[in-house]
Amino acid sequence: MLKYLARRLSATFLVITLVSMSVFGIFAVLPMDPAALTCGKACSAPVIEANRHRLGLDVPVQVQYGRFVKGLFVGRDFGEGAAAFHCPAPAFGYSFNRHECVTTLIAEAFPVTLSLAIGAFVLWLSVGVSLGILAARRKNQWQDRAATAFVLVGTSLPTFISGILILLFVALKFNLINPIEMGRWVSPLEDPVAWFRTFIFPWIVLALLYAATYTRFTRSNVIETSMEDYIRTARAKGLNERDILRKHTLRAALAPIITLAGLDFAGLLGGAIITEGIFNLPGLGRLSIRAVLRDYDLPTILATTILAAVFVVVANLLVDILYAYIDPRVRVAS
Amino acid sequence: MTLKPFLEVKNLNVAFPTEDGLVQASNEISFTVARGETLAVVGESGSGKSVTSLAVMGLHDRKRTQISGQAILNLDSGPVDVISADDEVVRKLRGKAMSMIFQDPMSALHPYYSIGNQLIEAWSLYNEGDKAAGKKRAIEMLDLVGIPDAAKRVDEFPHQFSGGMRQRVMIAMALINNPSLLIADEPTTALDVTVQSQILQLIRDMQKEFNMALILITHDLGVVAEVADRVNVMYAGKIVESGGAEDIYYRPDHPYTIGLLHSIPKIGELESKRLVAIPGQPPSLINLPRGCSFRARCAFSDRVSGNLCATTAPTLDTKTNEHFSRCHLPEAELLKARKEIGGN
Repeated sequence: MLKYLARRLSATFLVITLVSMSVFGIFAVLPMDPAALTCGKACSAPVIEANRHRLGLDVPVQVQYGRFVKGLFVGRDFGEGAAAFHCPAPAFGYSFNRHECVTTLIAEAFPVTLSLAIGAFVLWLSVGVSLGILAARRKNQWQDRAATAFVLVGTSLPTFISGILILLFVALKFNLINPIEMGRWVSPLEDPVAWFRTFIFPWIVLALLYAATYTRFTRSNVIETSMEDYIRTARAKGLNERDILRKHTLRAALAPIITLAGLDFAGLLGGAIITEGIFNLPGLGRLSIRAVLRDYDLPTILATTILAAVFVVVANLLVDILYAYIDPRVRVAS
Repeated sequence: MTLKPFLEVKNLNVAFPTEDGLVQASNEISFTVARGETLAVVGESGSGKSVTSLAVMGLHDRKRTQISGQAILNLDSGPVDVISADDEVVRKLRGKAMSMIFQDPMSALHPYYSIGNQLIEAWSLYNEGDKAAGKKRAIEMLDLVGIPDAAKRVDEFPHQFSGGMRQRVMIAMALINNPSLLIADEPTTALDVTVQSQILQLIRDMQKEFNMALILITHDLGVVAEVADRVNVMYAGKIVESGGAEDIYYRPDHPYTIGLLHSIPKIGELESKRLVAIPGQPPSLINLPRGCSFRARCAFSDRVSGNLCATTAPTLDTKTNEHFSRCHLPEAELLKARKEIGGN
């Protein structure tokens, strides 16, 4: 197991390095000049060149990457003399549009996205899995049909529709959300009630989409597993139906859901662009979309892209480790 | 005093409604098995062998099955009809009074639980005691069924065992609560030929050890000859012939049995010949034809006077006590038929 862990960890590290390199490379060849974007229309060539130097963009791309990596570990200084400023480690760069170290921007946005992702995750996992189990146990009865209808609605409604519908016809209509305060970040440690009220509707919107997929997946897995020979064996032993479901069917049927859930959760951590947009939540999704569409803020885009990739890669690692723990066949194969 | 047989199946019918019609999977099945006795049930795929035994175990899909008749277990505490008894009553007989092992040991064990875990689970259903006691018993059973180094292997998982070893584990699990009846549904079919005879030997040894009634479902007549006391030959959901193993082998009464025996290749035959097959296919179990189900494939139906085979289903001829068959063929013709086909 230790050897396996070591191998997986080094592989993860390698993937993250490669991802950051390729993202860096892509931005280096983009037909966009971050230095030119630092000042407005009245810019002159010398100012742009000076800014290019301040941003560290006047050196070859491999040197830039080297500085970027170094900045991640020891922090980074931009500019010289009186105009110098320092971004402490881990420094992802400096956003000229926002006049902030990118790390600060991310540190502000991440708790929002994390809150959104965790709540939605808990909601969709519990609703999706229990509805899926119910549908499987009551196959072809009304509970199953109701679940199928839910799945159909959930998967076919895009979040930008369901989000707006819920916002307009539930949250605002019944005064459950204050439109002025909507999306204001409140830490759950300071005011859990306000935090909950901020996030409950975004959670529902996201969970609606994911829960539908999980319902369908759980249902078919439970049905398939309950036809396995080893379930018949469990019945032949004299186990009661509750224990057969709990100990035998679900154990095997829910294991693949861990993979699905881990990756979905990680994907969400990179930012839920549409949901954050609808509910005015200042998370990573909003940070990225603003950087892309409005500010052409390359350091920020670079940082959020790498971060999203890291989430997925790390989630993959965790899922694999967890899976090895659950499925003995994986354990031995490793 | 004659001991009552442990299992008495009386006029058992099992049918499944499907979109195409009612599938009559087993019809008018009656037989008995006593402790220490081995009943072999033979027949081709779809002849109703497994359905009958699953019904006895109560493992059929109750919602989708129409079932009638009786299957009485003569327990020490008195007889119980598992067909009419409550689900919960039958459940508590499973694994305790009656156990079953299945065809494919590769898929019959749960891949996520250790062997020991699965054995202990079976044990603890009917025994008081902690996990350590269960584990001790599990190791004992694994040892008994010939798993080498049982104390170590008890913690391993199914995928670390070969097919034959897994079937041994299945046997250990089925027997861990000393059942009085073991149903083995094609226990050797999925195994290598060399392993088959070992597993068969093991089942026989275990039967003696535990003094069990054994129902061995198989389509391998070689297996039957080796172990069976009595044989039920099934065709299209019915028992077409039933008798002692010797009777079935040397004096088969039903053209189907005669055909089956004749289709076995004989080792040591000098000239090489094509294998003999019974022509045709078994009938669909939906809307079984009137008359004898085997008629269309029978080589001798023209020797029965009138149109009897087409109009009337033959009943189990119970003239003699030990050997019955469902056939209209007169005795004299039967003797001729045996000679013509079997050569004995």
